[in-house]
Amino acid sequence: MTFTPTDLEVEGAAGGETAGESLPASPPASGRRLVRTFLRDRAAVACCVYILLVIVVALAAPLLVKISGWGPYEFDQSAVDPDLGGIPLGTAGGISAEHWFGVEPGNGRDIFARIVYGARVSMTIALLATVLTSVLGVVFGLIAGYFGGRVDMIVSRVMEFLMAFPALIFMIAVLSALPAENRQLLLVVVISFFGWPYLARIVRGQTMSIKEREFVESARASGASSAQIIFKEILPNLTSTIIVMTTLAVPGYVGTEAGLSFLGVGVVPPTPSWGQMIAGSVPWYAVDPAYFLFPGACLFLLVLSFTVLGDRVKKIAESGEGRV
Amino acid sequence: MSRFLINRVLGMAVVLFLVCLFTFVVFFVLSPDPAVQICGKNCTPEAIDQIRANLGLDQPFWTQFWTFLSGLFAGRTYGTGANAIECAAPCLGYSFQTSQPVTDMIVQRLPVSATVAIGAAVLWLLAGVSAGLVSAVREGRFADRFVTGLTLTGMSIPNYVLALSLQFLLVVTLGWLPFPQAVPFADDPVRWFLNFLMPWIVLAIGAAAVYTRLTRANVIDTLQENYVRTARAKGLRPDLVWRRHALRPALTPIVTIFGMDFANLLGGALITETVFGLNGIGKLAADSITKNDQPVIMGVTLLAAFLVVVGNMVVDLTYTAIDPRVRVGSAK
Repeated sequence: MTFTPTDLEVEGAAGGETAGESLPASPPASGRRLVRTFLRDRAAVACCVYILLVIVVALAAPLLVKISGWGPYEFDQSAVDPDLGGIPLGTAGGISAEHWFGVEPGNGRDIFARIVYGARVSMTIALLATVLTSVLGVVFGLIAGYFGGRVDMIVSRVMEFLMAFPALIFMIAVLSALPAENRQLLLVVVISFFGWPYLARIVRGQTMSIKEREFVESARASGASSAQIIFKEILPNLTSTIIVMTTLAVPGYVGTEAGLSFLGVGVVPPTPSWGQMIAGSVPWYAVDPAYFLFPGACLFLLVLSFTVLGDRVKKIAESGEGRV
Repeated sequence: MSRFLINRVLGMAVVLFLVCLFTFVVFFVLSPDPAVQICGKNCTPEAIDQIRANLGLDQPFWTQFWTFLSGLFAGRTYGTGANAIECAAPCLGYSFQTSQPVTDMIVQRLPVSATVAIGAAVLWLLAGVSAGLVSAVREGRFADRFVTGLTLTGMSIPNYVLALSLQFLLVVTLGWLPFPQAVPFADDPVRWFLNFLMPWIVLAIGAAAVYTRLTRANVIDTLQENYVRTARAKGLRPDLVWRRHALRPALTPIVTIFGMDFANLLGGALITETVFGLNGIGKLAADSITKNDQPVIMGVTLLAAFLVVVGNMVVDLTYTAIDPRVRVGSAK
């Protein structure tokens, strides 16, 4: 995944005139205006709706499965044709009132149930990885940018090293070498480990320019500690950058998780994940295209939604709309 | 300039050393004992000890690491006496599965990966830069919005979903392409080309989308520069304004990311090669991962890291050559 650089400039001293006093950590951009601009954008709203739908489906998975009647681990041998090597009976991969999205060829597991549970896995991993990456990226970026000198040099070297690494191959290698006890947590850690430098680099650059501003200087003159300056003066000015960068990063993580599971080093069967379902459909794609179309379409739409959303949020932040 | 070069080469060596160390730690400390794996089911403790001694696994960590490193530059010898096996530099060890030298395995697979990478790179450069130019020229109009929509879609399709969809559409449903099957170029050039066409397209689409966006943004930015306005104001012909003043600075960043992307791809397109069954380095990596063949995984990882690091350096050097604003030495 290539991360497009967001050439966000640091906004003027917005919200900074009143430095020195301890303000509640409010972002410089006005939330209401931002939301209004955003709601006018139909594509962005559609993307939000799809993302929310996936989240709701993921949360309500056990309930939905109860309604549809088939669990993600239940085999239904009556839905597949043993004489034809296990191809689902009926049209389009065995779609019926019984199995809404059809069944897996071979063992007859319900695809709807597996997609619903797969959404859980995919969303959990992508969102947790985003949170962890953002925390690491912001903290290291702030530290490197604020303290400069030797600290900056060390953090920057580590970042360069991690970015020069063939991340995908290495993630696969690490994941295949490490024991598989808590696969999902391991995935989050490995993805974040290679992901944080991309955010940290930008946070560092902006911190370096913000810390030279008058309001930071006046805070320092009035005796604020480094921690106070970093978290109360500098961090609020980085909010829009962080929001933009994280929204742009989520689709990458959704894709990475699915890709790793597709290659067989991510989520281990029988736990369903979209990437792993697609991997399972590879030998069947010619005879039973529905098996890869459902998870493929769900995954594509999810990544697309996050990408478009990130794109729109970035545009709004750049155009200065929603600023006070 | 020579000082810059020396610094860069030293920095490169440090990164590669760290990559070696890191990979080595992961494989030879964290993962299960390779001697047990090689030995198989009918195994005695003596046999395991014998294998350990042959592979040098009974040595302390740093000794093992040192032997591995020196093997890269000077070759190494496995075992002693009559059973000794000579492994010439650059020695990456032997596959646990096939007992072939890892270096040979990689060299054999390199042409396929190179073919995949070069073809895809040509496609995505052509498509990406031209679509980006069109988009920039028609900024805000229908063509621009259409291209932008396409790029968002292209960026979002996971490449294995795209690979399977294309294969289903072009091969199974429409029958326009034959089933992918490895054919040497000399035997049947047409079949060879058709075989690589889908991998090229699959790899090119995602990258082309990124390049389109980059080109568009850079060209639009450059057209707003003062010197472009000056060139226009003094009555320079529009095509010359484009060629001399707008394109060159707008396209230099493309060189940067192209170098890195290409180097990355040369180290194996893991997913695409696996889906299309191409015997390149990516497939080698994927296969050795499923078989837990550590020396091979390590060799492939090191090769990929080496390519990325060298790619970065080549990019930096080209950059100083084509962009007069970046002059080495004066950057203090």
